[in-house]
Amino acid sequence: MSDIKYLPGKEPHEREHRLIFKNIDREGWDPSIDCYMRDGGYDQLKKAINMEPADITGEVKKSGLRGRGGAGFPTGVKWGFIPPGNTKPVYLICNCDESEPGTFKDRYIVHQDPHQLIEGMVISAFAVGAHTAFIYMREEFPEAAIIMEKAIEDARAKGFVGKNILGSDFDLEIWVHRGAAAYICGEETGLIESLEGKRPYPRIKPPYFPAALGIYMAPTIVNNVESLCHVKHILEMGGEEYAKLGVDRNTGTRILCVSGDVKNPGYFEIQVGKMTMRELLYDVCGGPKEGKEFKAVIPGGSSSKILRCDETFKIGRGEDAKDLDFWDIQLDFDTLAACGSMAGSGGVIVLDDSRKMSWVLNNINHFYAHESCGQCTPCREGSTWMKKISDRIVEGKATPEDITTLEEVAYQIDGKTVCAFGEASSWPVEAIISKFRDELTADTDEKNERLSKEQLQREMFLGK
Amino acid sequence: MSQEILENNVASEPTPGEKHFPVFAVTDDIIALADDRISHYPESKLSAVLPLIHIVQHKHGFVSKEAITWIAEKLEIEPMKVVSVVTFYPGFRQSAPGKFHYRVCRTLSCAMAGSYELMDQICEITGIDRSKLSHHHPIVVSPCGVYSVEFAECLASCGTGPVCLVNDDFHENIKPENAQDLINQYKA
Ligand SMILES: Cc1cc2nc3c(=O)[nH]c(=O)nc-3n(C[C@H](O)[C@H](O)[C@H](O)COP(=O)(O)O)c2cc1C
Ligand code: SF4
Ligand code: FES
Repeated sequence: MSDIKYLPGKEPHEREHRLIFKNIDREGWDPSIDCYMRDGGYDQLKKAINMEPADITGEVKKSGLRGRGGAGFPTGVKWGFIPPGNTKPVYLICNCDESEPGTFKDRYIVHQDPHQLIEGMVISAFAVGAHTAFIYMREEFPEAAIIMEKAIEDARAKGFVGKNILGSDFDLEIWVHRGAAAYICGEETGLIESLEGKRPYPRIKPPYFPAALGIYMAPTIVNNVESLCHVKHILEMGGEEYAKLGVDRNTGTRILCVSGDVKNPGYFEIQVGKMTMRELLYDVCGGPKEGKEFKAVIPGGSSSKILRCDETFKIGRGEDAKDLDFWDIQLDFDTLAACGSMAGSGGVIVLDDSRKMSWVLNNINHFYAHESCGQCTPCREGSTWMKKISDRIVEGKATPEDITTLEEVAYQIDGKTVCAFGEASSWPVEAIISKFRDELTADTDEKNERLSKEQLQREMFLGK
Repeated sequence: MSQEILENNVASEPTPGEKHFPVFAVTDDIIALADDRISHYPESKLSAVLPLIHIVQHKHGFVSKEAITWIAEKLEIEPMKVVSVVTFYPGFRQSAPGKFHYRVCRTLSCAMAGSYELMDQICEITGIDRSKLSHHHPIVVSPCGVYSVEFAECLASCGTGPVCLVNDDFHENIKPENAQDLINQYKA
């Protein structure tokens, strides 16, 4: 990798370990198939096509790869959920909806390195036995849709996509399907409904686990862009070798997207768990802006629970329990979960001491109120309530009781909805209140008018 | 019956942006584009609803009642199925935007970087009254019809905020004080 040069100012940080982002911002690199093939592109597909599909899934299982879209579910295990003896067609869907606030990694893959994704998809489709694959691309990536379609055509011309791939009897069509600016289309069952030409109302699980009952009620594997790219590298390295990257149960590399109040925001591909918060925020991102101090971090997209920079966490149970300082958090799935948050989509949003938490909370609440699909009452009504209450807080019109109401509303959503959007919208509220209650309360006033029942109803149903 | 439901549910209000887009008509090019998209979904024509709406909106600026009727006929489905899709997705419009439609990201990282101030600047320069922006009226068109604005949710480039899409062009690191440059790049 030493001969690779990057554009000035875009060199990877020395702590990075680039697999997926190897070609991003690379000098002389372009998204064409010739460029990709000069670099050994499609060699792994050539290898895969002569393997047993089950062996590919086996390598992915051995690699320990966990999905990079949000939930961190083991990819190989998911592939294994296709019912044995299935006679329906199998579908592969690449989730390129990238809409979790704070996340900006798939964008670079589809714009700069489309063939890496195509190679990963063809190998994955071969492994799961899919002959049709869709790339669900968010509408706000118009250029990427054109780049991807061109790349698929070029791959078809070379025999990597279409009928009898590389002379085998394996056929695969890949189509780009554009969304229309709705966050909920990132949720895999909402995505499937959208691909079927409907409103993206998520389906209830069980029974609608996509691997068994997905698009057109047939087995469907939905994976994130980054996850599918990893498959290519797993094949190249071998599952066992890949699993040596990262730490136990949290293998491989992943791309962290850092935004907000740091000197050097950006994307950084690291070995999972081989970096701490301190190293990420100080060494890699250059520390806080001039004259500021770090205050809090949202570690895995706006849905993940916020962490205070002065917090200490109790990790493990019983005899093994130990204290973990915020700065020593290892950036992997399990450690962040043990701290009560999640690694999610890898979107790290950093806040410094100039940020008011009521304002932050309000901005987040606006997002979820806008994006709720409206299918279940707790989420539809609750997300709007939460937005309106936090509106009152930032406008200085709230009473201390409003904070309690806000918290109660959040707990009435969490766990009571069709899809995980319910948690996504209520966790930020729960966490910000529990960790910054005093600060929020200071923005309220006993003397503020408590809204009468009629006023509340007016606000809720007639808008402001 | 279904025509009546359609009349009652489609609300394409006139806007100053209309004059910048051709009126919807079924042309050979639109038919060819539609047939190509439909062929991607052999299992179900319904799956082509979003792609067909995109084709219409891209050319005509918004999705009119006539367009909805045509899409429904083309896919052999009830027009209400098309309406239910058009009315759900924030990316679909029932009224014309300006010739250049500015979508400014308002989500957390961009807001911290100054995207609300950027929106204010764009509105001031183009003569758009931002107080008219609301959940039910997310798009406001300038009186001349050349510009329109909308707040977008996270555009997946949070590290380089504030970011803004102008039609299909993506712009990053737009400080509020550079709003004029962003306008100057797009003239009627
Ligand atoms: C509200 C919501 C939004 C989501 N948005 C995305 C998204 O934008 N991109 C994505 O890859 N996964 C998203 N997911 C996760 C998907 O449902 C799914 O778990 C993922 O695509 C599976 O891929 P993976 O196993 O490779 O991570 C979202 C989930 C929820 C609940
Ligand atoms: S939880 Fe929210 S987003 Fe999910 S199905 Fe229910 S209403 Fe829709
Ligand atoms: S917050 Fe604006 S692009 Fe993500």
